[in-house]
Amino acid sequence: MADLAHSTPRSQSNLGRIALRWLLYILLAVFALYYLMPLFVMVTTSLKSLDEIRTGSLVALPREVTFDAWKTAWSGACTGIQCEGLQPYFWNSVLLAVPAVMISTLIGALNGYVIAQWRFKGANLIFSLMLFGCFIPFQVVLLPMARLLGMMGLAGTIPGLIFVHVIYGIGFTTLFFRNYYVTIPSELVKAAKVDGANFFRIFWSIFLPLSLPIIVVTVIWQFTQIWNDFLFGVSFSQAGTQPVTVALNNIVNSTTGVKEYNVDMAAAIIAALPTLLVYVVAGKYFIRGLTAGSVKG
Amino acid sequence: MKRSAFAAVSTIALISASAVVAEPQAEVLHWWTSGGEAKSVAVLQQEFADNGGTWTDMPVAGGGGDAAMTALRARVLSGNAPTAVQLKGPAIQEWYEEGVLADISSVAEAEGWADVLPASIAGHMKCDGSWCAAPVNVHRVDWIWANADVLESNGIAMPTTWDEFNAAAEKLAAAGVIPLAHGGQAWQDATVFEAVALGILGAEGFHKAFVELDEATLTSDAMVAVFDQMRTMRGFVDANFSGRDWNLATAMVMNGEAAFQIMGDWAKGEFMAAGKVPGEDFLCASTPGDGFLYNVDSFAMFEVDGEDKKAGQELLAELIVGPSFQEVFNLNKGSIPARTDVSLDAFDSCALLSAADMQASSENGSLLPSYAHGMALRGAQSGAITDVVTAHFNSDMSSADAVAQLAQAVANSY
Amino acid sequence: MSEWLENHLPKMVLAPSFIAVLVFVYGFIGWTAWVSLTRSKLLPRYEIHGFIQYDRLFASPRWDTAMNNLFIFGALFIVIAMVLGLLLAIMLDQKIRTEGVIRTIYLYPMALSMIVTGTAWKWILNPGLGIEATVRGWGFENFSFDWVVNPDFAIYTIVLAAVWQSSGFVMALFLAGLRSVDGEIIKAAQVDGIPTWRIYTAIIIPSMAPIFLSAFIVLAHLAIKSFDLVIALTGGGPGYATDLPATYMYAMAFSRGDIGQAASSAMIMMLVVFAIVVPYLYSELRAKTDG
Repeated sequence: MADLAHSTPRSQSNLGRIALRWLLYILLAVFALYYLMPLFVMVTTSLKSLDEIRTGSLVALPREVTFDAWKTAWSGACTGIQCEGLQPYFWNSVLLAVPAVMISTLIGALNGYVIAQWRFKGANLIFSLMLFGCFIPFQVVLLPMARLLGMMGLAGTIPGLIFVHVIYGIGFTTLFFRNYYVTIPSELVKAAKVDGANFFRIFWSIFLPLSLPIIVVTVIWQFTQIWNDFLFGVSFSQAGTQPVTVALNNIVNSTTGVKEYNVDMAAAIIAALPTLLVYVVAGKYFIRGLTAGSVKG
Repeated sequence: MKRSAFAAVSTIALISASAVVAEPQAEVLHWWTSGGEAKSVAVLQQEFADNGGTWTDMPVAGGGGDAAMTALRARVLSGNAPTAVQLKGPAIQEWYEEGVLADISSVAEAEGWADVLPASIAGHMKCDGSWCAAPVNVHRVDWIWANADVLESNGIAMPTTWDEFNAAAEKLAAAGVIPLAHGGQAWQDATVFEAVALGILGAEGFHKAFVELDEATLTSDAMVAVFDQMRTMRGFVDANFSGRDWNLATAMVMNGEAAFQIMGDWAKGEFMAAGKVPGEDFLCASTPGDGFLYNVDSFAMFEVDGEDKKAGQELLAELIVGPSFQEVFNLNKGSIPARTDVSLDAFDSCALLSAADMQASSENGSLLPSYAHGMALRGAQSGAITDVVTAHFNSDMSSADAVAQLAQAVANSY
Repeated sequence: MSEWLENHLPKMVLAPSFIAVLVFVYGFIGWTAWVSLTRSKLLPRYEIHGFIQYDRLFASPRWDTAMNNLFIFGALFIVIAMVLGLLLAIMLDQKIRTEGVIRTIYLYPMALSMIVTGTAWKWILNPGLGIEATVRGWGFENFSFDWVVNPDFAIYTIVLAAVWQSSGFVMALFLAGLRSVDGEIIKAAQVDGIPTWRIYTAIIIPSMAPIFLSAFIVLAHLAIKSFDLVIALTGGGPGYATDLPATYMYAMAFSRGDIGQAASSAMIMMLVVFAIVVPYLYSELRAKTDG
């Protein structure tokens, strides 16, 4: 660990060190302000009444705090002719994101395991083909994908959406696991083979137990991507299977209606709560997981 | 035991009965999701349910229908088209050419649509002579809204020519009021542009330029004058207009910060929602010049399988054009009914003006489709024009350059 | 049987993903290439008409703007996000007591969807509502910050918001990298009396080369796919001054019913990606086989 501020006592005077320390904290605080600014605007707006927004400054503290907008966003805002708020769509997103994240993490783990530890001719080529797949703009795949989903009978269903997210998650999940497993010495597999363990047994009892940090990284990444996805959600769903981002968009983006900014902002924060929670709870493991090797080449 | 056997028998009887008379089903894709609009659609759903139908709602908002159109393409390609879709203007004919629209002529003829709809609006609902869509409303686009107090205290009347407008605007600017509240988004720039174009080119010139795409008109001196007026208008807009939502611009007129706004009649909904009264707190008038630019929302029926869905389409089409829905829906939405035989007693003064103007302009041939709102041209062409309009308005491009680019962009859009 | 199975199992495990990628990435790229040679309008059609769509594309001033913006935006976004990410990581690595909180603050923007943060940004950047108005309210009447309404500067506001969204993630990558640098080497350097900044520039940062590459790939991927950001923040305006290839393509395909044109712009985008990513993959994987 680079522990530099504390370990150069002779090069700087005590006073200088304290000044440096202050400067450091001030800089960190300034950047924290930069990152918090939009959240501040969103939260304060969500706590204002519509009248106050119409008449007052958009970026000021609320004169009167009201939680009505939050209540409306969760259970009363119109997302079409139903005015049930985000609530019903939230559940669709959970049904979609949880299995999709689990499946794509498992696939990534298996792929990474094969590519990193069971190298065969062409494995690197396959890996780079998969990586290049991360870069395909999703707008390009919408129409042919719609065709194929129709042929498979998955059009407009949640399994169909899970399928799409798993497919386009392969690149990143494989990258994460492959880069993690490549740091594990290959002698481990050789020794296990000598002991008579087979392919799956080695994966199950040696590699998986070592994988917690990288699983956390992959889950965070995939969960963020899938939960926040709008394009696939809007294109491959139908009435009854629309995810929360589509509902959020319906609340926020209507063109010719009266705009309720407080409800918009509250809805946006509610829709983001699961991902925010994941970041706050798992954030520590995220850094740890990355430290454990995922980002090393 | 006996009872459950009886129950089973009666259930079977019910099922077979419903198989004979298909229960109308409809999955409806639309982008009316905000409070007032959603309530308006809910009226339709209620009528549909009262007639024994089951309505499945498929709302997708965003980009004035762009997101809904994205979803629609994916649905059609996956062979899972929605039953009814909010579609408008030449896009209806474009989809028809792809061979995916259903024919609803039987309903239209039984209901006598041809007799109750203005001819030019009925034209949008027909594909190759048969009826393929049902109109919901008529929005007027070429409105100018004003704050009554601001005009009064500055001694200004609603302008009837663009010169009057310019004079009024200069007076207002001198008095420290923002003359024109505007949001710098491409579609809003285009909305102002077409109102100006209608005033300067006249109804015939507008039709030549934005319906027929006549090159001589597009490159005419009159078109240069249109861009000149746009440049003048740019001077009447405050410095922070870029990217502003239209309703924030409306709010500026409401609270007296600005005097005028040029926007379709959905702006009325904002005034009304804030408790303002037309004629007292705010004024409405058509923009300078003769004519009426309409933006008609409509529903097209897609080719689907199953008697229940086909029954749903027929019922839906019948209800949409039915007088009771036309009245209730448009009262909520700020527009006027598409059919001309609906009683207007419950409507406000702006709507009455709109209805009277529509009648008059329909008779003298100046009832015209809005290009900015996708009624006049196909997407590729109207988009190409909007690109030039918004690029000109947001830079220091000369009017002559803009006109040259306009012709080139239109030519490059096929 | 079992020995054959054991030998081929790894390939069989990889095969479904490989086939999926072949079909759903490369198959679809091929499909797009085909459609880019047709006159597809509302829905894809398959009669080839030559390179007309590419001619139209290159004749379009809006596409020029979009490509220029991609280079300005891409370069600035990647460089600033990396520098800022590294700086924040180094500062956060100095035994900061509230590290957990600060790190979460830096990281959270990644969790939010741009659909609505765009609105918040729009207000903050708007001269009449946000920063400019606030600072002027404090008495600095000459303060000016009107990038978002200035066609020549609006693209930089996109950079500002994009950096806001992703630099925390890059910071996390670098922080992880700093934590895995061998402490012994640094101690030895300190004993030798090498100044702190030299230790960073000469020892720590060079040892993190693979992380720069990872960060680059994540950022490049975000830059090319940037879409929600532009739509929510500027809608491509003023005029079309902040249009990017992704928004151009979307507008053509879905709002203008010009799918052939959209496909040709997608192909050019893919070419750009190819030119950036392939050299990276090549160097990455060659280094792998050596090591």
